[in-house]
Amino acid sequence: MLYINCPHCGMRSQNEFSYGGDASVKRPELNKEVSDQEWDDFVYNRKSLRGKHLELWQHISGCRQWIKVERDTSTHEIFRTFKAEEEVA
Amino acid sequence: MNQAFRIGDGGLVNRDKKLSFKFNGKSYFGFEGDTLASALLANGVHLVGRSFKYHRPRGFFGAGVDEPYAIVQLYRNGETEPNIKATEQELFEGLEAKSVNCWPSVNFDIGAINNFLKIFLPAGFYYKTFMWPKSFWYRIYEPFIRKAAGLGVASTKHDNERYEHKYEYCDLLIAGSGPSGLSSAYAAAKNGARVILAEDKPRFGGSLLTSDVNIGNQSGKDWAEGIIAELKTMPNVVVKNRSQIFGYYDHNMLVMSEKVSDHLPKTKKYHPNKRLWYIRAKEVLISSGSIERPIVFGNNDTPGVMLSSAAKEYLKVYGVLVGKKPLVFTNNDSGYETAIEFKKHGVDPIVLDSRKNPKSEIIDEAKNLGINIKNSYVVVAAQGYKKVKSAEIASISDDKKKLGKIESINCDCICVSGFWTPTIHLASQSGNKTKFKEEIDAFVPGVSKQNETTLGSANGVFSLEETLKTSFSAGSELSKKITKNDNNIAIPNVVEKKSSQHDKFWCVPLPKGKNYKRFLDFQNDVAVSDVEIALREGYRSIEHVKRYTTLGMATDQGKTSNLNGLQLVSEIENKVVPAVGHTTFRPPYTPVSIGAIVGREVGKHSKPTRKSPMHSWHEKNNAVFVDAGVWLRPRYYKRGNETLFEASKREAKNVRTNVGVCDVTTLGKIDVKGPDSAELLNRVYTNAWLKLPVGKARYGVMLREDGIVMDDGTTTRISENHYHMTTTTAQAANVLSHLEYYLQLIWPELNVNVVSTTEQWAGAAIAGPKSRDLLQKLFPNSDVSNEGLPFMGYMEGDFFGIKARIFRISFSGELAYEVNVESDYGNFMWENIMKVGEEFGIQPYGTEALSTLRIEMGHVAGSELDGRTIPYDNALEGLVSKKKDFIGKRSLQRSAFTAEDRQRIVGVVPLDRQTSIPEGSHLVKDDKAPLPNPKLGHISASCWSVEYDNPFSLAILKDGKNMIGQKLFAMSPLKNKVIPVEIVSSHYVDPKGERVRS
Ligand SMILES: [Zn+2]
Repeated sequence: MLYINCPHCGMRSQNEFSYGGDASVKRPELNKEVSDQEWDDFVYNRKSLRGKHLELWQHISGCRQWIKVERDTSTHEIFRTFKAEEEVA
Repeated sequence: MNQAFRIGDGGLVNRDKKLSFKFNGKSYFGFEGDTLASALLANGVHLVGRSFKYHRPRGFFGAGVDEPYAIVQLYRNGETEPNIKATEQELFEGLEAKSVNCWPSVNFDIGAINNFLKIFLPAGFYYKTFMWPKSFWYRIYEPFIRKAAGLGVASTKHDNERYEHKYEYCDLLIAGSGPSGLSSAYAAAKNGARVILAEDKPRFGGSLLTSDVNIGNQSGKDWAEGIIAELKTMPNVVVKNRSQIFGYYDHNMLVMSEKVSDHLPKTKKYHPNKRLWYIRAKEVLISSGSIERPIVFGNNDTPGVMLSSAAKEYLKVYGVLVGKKPLVFTNNDSGYETAIEFKKHGVDPIVLDSRKNPKSEIIDEAKNLGINIKNSYVVVAAQGYKKVKSAEIASISDDKKKLGKIESINCDCICVSGFWTPTIHLASQSGNKTKFKEEIDAFVPGVSKQNETTLGSANGVFSLEETLKTSFSAGSELSKKITKNDNNIAIPNVVEKKSSQHDKFWCVPLPKGKNYKRFLDFQNDVAVSDVEIALREGYRSIEHVKRYTTLGMATDQGKTSNLNGLQLVSEIENKVVPAVGHTTFRPPYTPVSIGAIVGREVGKHSKPTRKSPMHSWHEKNNAVFVDAGVWLRPRYYKRGNETLFEASKREAKNVRTNVGVCDVTTLGKIDVKGPDSAELLNRVYTNAWLKLPVGKARYGVMLREDGIVMDDGTTTRISENHYHMTTTTAQAANVLSHLEYYLQLIWPELNVNVVSTTEQWAGAAIAGPKSRDLLQKLFPNSDVSNEGLPFMGYMEGDFFGIKARIFRISFSGELAYEVNVESDYGNFMWENIMKVGEEFGIQPYGTEALSTLRIEMGHVAGSELDGRTIPYDNALEGLVSKKKDFIGKRSLQRSAFTAEDRQRIVGVVPLDRQTSIPEGSHLVKDDKAPLPNPKLGHISASCWSVEYDNPFSLAILKDGKNMIGQKLFAMSPLKNKVIPVEIVSSHYVDPKGERVRS
């Protein structure tokens, strides 16, 4: 079971969180013309990376905040965690 | 009852406390502190089971967790448990156990015929034979295998024992209480670290209980006792025996199974049977020790052949002789330690040492005691069927290829030592890259992936002095980093005998003309010849060899067989062992009770139960409940001998003619507050929300980004910046997360707060033509006329002195209202509605009637919003705004979603107006078409229309728009039904929606 550092609450076990997918995906702005390809990329196409991956988790049984977690998908190592609004360099 | 193999005194058992027990129906005695194994051996019982494949007689091979043979079915306090190792099960008064794997009995076993037919059962036999012909599998092979094989039977009764889960955090978790575990625990504890020390056996001390050493001028055993006694007094230390750490998971999470009650005849009141510990440790010290390796020789599975360390443990810990004419077969000095113990207790052993001329302090001691030692000698084969009677022995050449003349010597047990294998399971599970250590012919932990350190013999260090030095230092250094304390503990002086190099010899060659079975894996009956066949047939990867031969796949996971298997593969393949590599170690290290894994989450505790505030009223009024997610909801209120069908029809009918009341507390409720609330709703729902006035409700549909309908419900504008959103019961939690996702991540600029208020409000839906009359009586001071409170209107009212919210919304299609009060007043509200409603013929209605009402109105619910439908499919496209953007809108342009013949909701009526259509039935054009019959759609929900008094269903049907009036067939192969049907409008009752506005 992973041990995740919630930027709001501190170290908490994985069973307090729910997984939310790739955090690097950007939603196209509202009311903007979007090509089929762009929309498909946003809704469906994911890289399924092996290695470092920036992903979303929600601290659902804690502070209910969505957070960003930088995790290695093959080793489960967690490098850094960020608040929802933090931009990740 | 004579315990003929118990020595006069000595051992750690309590000879003042005699315990009686039964094995295979026969009564015996043992002592408190015995295991079932030691007690049986004290009584001279060596035959305890039959092997898995050939059903050969099986005795005891080890004295602990490594035991491959002695697996029994245990009976305790009216319960039974399979797969219990007799070497681990502590004796208690009245214990009963039976052999497994033998039918009809351990002494006469029908399966043993496999032993004589073994030519037919080589490696891969199961793959090759039982696979074909396919039809034989279920009828012939499987029942035979299940009857003849297996390792006991699971109980089919309810398990009355209780199991607990515990979550714990610590600085240092130490696995094993041998010399390295005790030293590191002591050093860390003295630095103030929070330490958990876990020992799987009942007694602490590990190898110190049986070895002849001195630490700090005391015997190793006394030193261990002193350390444990001190650790137990320290508040920062948890010391646990009977506790096996069996799994090392991600981020230094380890799981431990504590046997709380297995050693007692009966679990104490309020105590669990077992406790599963989830431990998150900052540092893990693995001091799990090592397991002696067998040397492979002919018939080496005969009862009486066992590990030399086990024989020593039975003698030193339990005071039991495993034989009175022991033969010790060794390639290292450990065998001599066992021989010396025998000699000290008046038994003359013979030592066969494969080495030519070994020299060490231990060997000198054995010589001085006058022990008969034969160098360059090996056991070729054990003789005897149910027990060792003699051994064929021979001298062996220096290159270990040629045997001398075979001699036969009498013996009643053969104690084998092929050197030691470090127990690296936990380190390997943690992700440690293990490495092969040439000097000890075994793998040891290499580079750590997590915060884990392996110490002592588990790390391939067999000198006590070295072990103490490294363990004290590891405990002290690691704790210092965490606590910043440094109480430099002096390392005690050590006296131990030096041993000499072991012989890299693990398998005795076959003498000419003999084909003795030489076993590698004792539990799964995998012999040298099986591995040879697998390699000959082209299997190369050790993982494939393992699966083909089942080597190391038994419940002992190859604790005594893996390395010898690797040696064999490397020898035949002409590779070094590290090039062959070992198979992956996976948790659990040793079998864990399913009960312990499940814990308290059984029966009604398997999930939480949510009850509405009116639950007790429903109970008192004969409600029959149904699970709705984790909620319990009344399905119907039973009157007399009514069936579900009769009751729901009565309740629905009463709503259509008089007035009914339904508990709708379970609906998800979300408070949406803030100046940008309208903007949020406008983006989340498909329809327009910016112009909804205060005091008005609106029905909304929300989509996922892929255009699929996620949920629906009404949202009401309570005040300028405050909305009350409702969701379906099932989606409440998902919708809240969904809103939080957009507010926190996508549109953080929106000034809105959302919070669940599901628990805060009790809700009652009042529906039917007389509902307004009832409402007027409930709220005499409010104007609830059609003008005062029009359809989709909202007002606050005074309900017998309590503040209530009144919504004019309808799910039943009738004139209807929903009244909400604060949860604690729920029952008060309900009782008053029932009381005042009496004169209008009010009846409560449950979810079954609720479904009927919504189905015949064509209102969609979870069975249509099933994660596969878009608004059009549910005839909700009128709610999809063309002007504004919203979540999922772009997806609706996908060609499949705009296709002319897109699926759509329709009504379905059986032609005979009699036969109910099972939900899930497929709609097809031709009921005689060959399978698979092309499916045009499926029945999503069915009811008995109370309006027309005939069955009615909803369906999602391909090109549903153009199918009205068509005749199709509803087929349910599950219920074996084919029903001719007609497609009608989904709005079966009141298609213009006049009633809700009346
Ligand atoms: Zn948090």
